[in-house]
Amino acid sequence: MNWDVILPLAFFLILVFLVGIYTSRHIKSGPSFLQDYFLAGRELGGFVLAMTMVATYGSASSFIGGPGAAYQLGLGWVLLAMAQLVTGYFTLAVLGKKFAIVARKINAVTLIDFLKARYESKWVVILSALSIVIFLFSAMAAQWVGGGRLIESFTGVSYTTALFIFSCSVLVYVIAGGFRAVVITDAIQGVVMVIGTIIILAGTIVAGGGIENIMGELRAENPNLISPFGSDESLTPLFVSSFWILVGVGVVGLPQISVRAMSYRNSKAMHRAMIIGTFVVGFIMLGMHLAGVFGRVILPGIEVPDKVMPLLALEVLPGWLAGIVLAAPLAAVMSTVDSVLLLVSSAIIKDVYINYIKPDAEERFVKRLSFGITAVVGLSVFAMAINPPDLLIWLNLFAFGGLEAAFIWPIVMGLYWKRGNANGAIASIVVGVGSYMWLHLNYPNLWGMHTVVMPIALSFFAYIVGSFTKGDSPQTNTF
Amino acid sequence: MKKGNDWRYRISNKEAIMGTVLAILNFIWWYAFAYGLGGQPVKEYTYILGFPAWFFYSCIVGFIVFTILVFIMVKFFFKEVPFDSDDNEGEGSSR
Repeated sequence: MNWDVILPLAFFLILVFLVGIYTSRHIKSGPSFLQDYFLAGRELGGFVLAMTMVATYGSASSFIGGPGAAYQLGLGWVLLAMAQLVTGYFTLAVLGKKFAIVARKINAVTLIDFLKARYESKWVVILSALSIVIFLFSAMAAQWVGGGRLIESFTGVSYTTALFIFSCSVLVYVIAGGFRAVVITDAIQGVVMVIGTIIILAGTIVAGGGIENIMGELRAENPNLISPFGSDESLTPLFVSSFWILVGVGVVGLPQISVRAMSYRNSKAMHRAMIIGTFVVGFIMLGMHLAGVFGRVILPGIEVPDKVMPLLALEVLPGWLAGIVLAAPLAAVMSTVDSVLLLVSSAIIKDVYINYIKPDAEERFVKRLSFGITAVVGLSVFAMAINPPDLLIWLNLFAFGGLEAAFIWPIVMGLYWKRGNANGAIASIVVGVGSYMWLHLNYPNLWGMHTVVMPIALSFFAYIVGSFTKGDSPQTNTF
Repeated sequence: MKKGNDWRYRISNKEAIMGTVLAILNFIWWYAFAYGLGGQPVKEYTYILGFPAWFFYSCIVGFIVFTILVFIMVKFFFKEVPFDSDDNEGEGSSR
């Protein structure tokens, strides 16, 4: 590998590292420590909020797996990817100001704090904490492997060394700086993702001799590449539409996303974030996936989809520019794992330890514990990633759909339906996760839709039915 | 607690509905152009700026139009409310 490529990457890693360390000096101690460490004191402005939502959501699959699939299937896959535009505004609009206001009233720091106050049920808390820890831990491990592999493939160092470099650069700032370091670095990473998209898209269009020429060659190779149905006609309208649930509106149920909806400063920040977020997520998804399709004309015959983006960047760009482009997927991975790591650690500390083991824990001890648990979780992910399961995207999607099916109704209905109660929430989580796992293993893509659709429908009915069995709705006016 | 809800929740509920309606419109736009125009045989496609018309309208114009609609929705229909105050006194004055 050449140094032209490695230098921008190294520069990016060092920059993120330094900013993370610098931000961590602002961590307060005293009574607000938990709010500060896990929620940055609810002080996010519009730009940072938009960037952290997009960057946390965008992962290796937006930059590596997705464009690789677009390379194989053509414009139909870009169409599918554009279902994600809605994530830019939907989560913030639906959870809305109500979620932010309620979170302040009940002093919620985590998503589970909200569920706990809303449903007043130990089982809701335990089940949610379990789902978060199990699913997000596996998702994080998969992303961690992705991060290691990226560094390995760009630099040529061994996988273990690559993993070590990756872990060091992420762990130090997350442990020391908490949420504030995570969101500030997310903002930088988001900017890198946008710049990388612009460069690779422009480079690919120029190398391919213009869009008209590229489309002509694609049509000559296989007309289906420019139809919405995919090169092998596997993309039915129903299947593609079902991704509006998985990677569109269902994203409301992802804890790492919804927790951000309680972290912003004021209405103005939320308004700005919706505009910026919609633009940025649409731009990245459109640009990266289009580049994948266009790449087919420039570099035909790549067998491994995950290699499309790296090879394309090295082919059409000078080394140092390729380095900037390849920093984008790395940024996407880092910005996802840092958020998830902090979320898993907050579930253990705030939701389990402080709720049930030691409610009156001393402030200084909680502080040390927060650093400690975050470090332990991070190091165990690192350990697991050394000898990884080979199913990055599978694991990632499994966690994704399972969490959506578990949380979407307890959050949304809990916010807007007064009658919803603990029985409903428990039924919803159990049915959602259970049916997702069962269907995924036995009847994947049932009736031609992505597996996630049925579990989300089932968990909705479970919530309604559960809520109509006995059980009280909350007596306060908080909700 | 006083009877009735926090006045801010009414605003929030309305905004949540607006967001949902926009998402539904977004889906219809995306679907109608993609499969309406893209469903015909590839030979009969027309092209705009090099892109097949279905893709141009569904994905590129759709992206721009809905970013603008989000801007309009947020600027003209979403209201700014204070987050921190527990002041129920503000109830009558603002609405």
